[in-house]
Amino acid sequence: MTLILGLEGTAWNLSAALVSEECVVHEAESTYKPLYGGIHPREAAQHHASELKKVVSRALRGAEKEGFSLRDIDAIAFSQGPGMGPCLRTVATAARALAISLEIPVIGVNHCIAHIEIGRWRCGTKDPVVLYVSGANSQVLAYRSGRYRIMGETLDIGIGNALDKLARYLGLSHPGGPKIEELASKGSEYVYMPYVVKGMDLSFSGLTTSAKDAINVHHYKIEDVCYSFQETAFAMLTEVTERAMAHLWKDEMLLAGGVGANQRLQQMLQTMCRDRGAKFYVPENKYLKDNGTMIAYLGLLMFNSGNTTPIEKSAVKPNYRPDEVEVTWRD
Amino acid sequence: MKLIQCAEAIVEIKDDLVYKRRVEKRYRVKAIDERIRRERTKSEAKLISEARRKGVPTPIIFDITDYELVMERIEGDLAREVIDEAISERIGELVGILHKNGIIHGDLTTSNVIVDRDNIIYFIDFGLSFIESSTEARGVDVHVFFQSLGGTHESYEQLKESFIRGYKRTFPTASKVLKRVTEIEQRGRYVERR
Repeated sequence: MTLILGLEGTAWNLSAALVSEECVVHEAESTYKPLYGGIHPREAAQHHASELKKVVSRALRGAEKEGFSLRDIDAIAFSQGPGMGPCLRTVATAARALAISLEIPVIGVNHCIAHIEIGRWRCGTKDPVVLYVSGANSQVLAYRSGRYRIMGETLDIGIGNALDKLARYLGLSHPGGPKIEELASKGSEYVYMPYVVKGMDLSFSGLTTSAKDAINVHHYKIEDVCYSFQETAFAMLTEVTERAMAHLWKDEMLLAGGVGANQRLQQMLQTMCRDRGAKFYVPENKYLKDNGTMIAYLGLLMFNSGNTTPIEKSAVKPNYRPDEVEVTWRD
Repeated sequence: MKLIQCAEAIVEIKDDLVYKRRVEKRYRVKAIDERIRRERTKSEAKLISEARRKGVPTPIIFDITDYELVMERIEGDLAREVIDEAISERIGELVGILHKNGIIHGDLTTSNVIVDRDNIIYFIDFGLSFIESSTEARGVDVHVFFQSLGGTHESYEQLKESFIRGYKRTFPTASKVLKRVTEIEQRGRYVERR
């Protein structure tokens, strides 16, 4: 049996988890909460630095209760990217230090692919089209000959950032998504918003501007603007996901990433899949948001396929794309 | 009679005719759904005809209603099934002609190109097409085509190069667009800048 310690800290959530082939042994986390505005990369990194020892210790204590010891760990997996540079560097340094002192390898993990693999594991889906939606990312991916290919993506900002921008404009605290969702559920009047789909690519920046104008210039109700914003943005995401499924003739889809927790988005994708006779999969919310378990789990897959990272190649990659990763653990 | 369920339409092939009906999408609210379907049906008819007038083979349109087009049937194989370097080069030439004439296809994937018995290459599905002469719009068009190669075809690099050869042949300012394509690829978040 293999035991991997995974460290996640690409953005605002710091998380450590131990995972074996059979189960998630234990996970611990600590979340950075900005006092105002969005995530400040340096402050988030300082949060991670001061919390790392506590979070890792909690994860290890949890594992001890399950009968594991520090010496049972086979490798340390960490989020190598994509993410905020200062946050990534803080966590990578901890991973290297731990690995060197325990004399075990490190495994640099691509954060996006970790989201996909945890979803495949928890949902038991084999070869889905993946919609990955988080703060900075909005991508439609599919696996083909050794790599996860990006079939479509945002041409400007991620859907999460678009939601956060609107939330900040409305004076709502980070993270804005759930608060917008709450407001949207009370809206019912559709306000015109730009629907920008270019083939399988999307654009969200005009949507934010249009939502601000709807409030500021046209004085529509905030609830109706949030409702219209969600309806438009999520219809765009659902449409490109369906396009990719039709193009690749795939009949499974997997939702991944933090914005995936939105109930309305899930409902739209569910409807789309049902109408085309496809299966819709989404993991529990705790595996949609950033978590150490997914890093440990992908680390485990990589470790078992002989894929570890030499220290000299373990530098962080803030712009790490999923299609750069050679997939060694799938046929 | 043959029925094909596309991403956004049901295509019915009856004898020599193709009926393309944009179907209701239950996942989106009516206000969005009807607007998108009506806009795309109308603009598709307009641009299919416009492209053919400029020398790019497309089906002839016989009739149009709110959500439905009746068109000529093109018999052949989807490019995604049969594409090779020669076909990719020819596609490049035709895209060059579209772009020179201000037409953006908008969904330029290998599923939307048909190769017939005489090796004539037809472009179908102009549902996301629009008129624009910006480098950006042209760049996105080419980017979308390259992405459809990356997702479904093994010999990605060679097909891409053949396309570029053809595209440069018919479109004088091709290199400007191709430069933008690289920028667009990098703009997608998290590109390794080499």
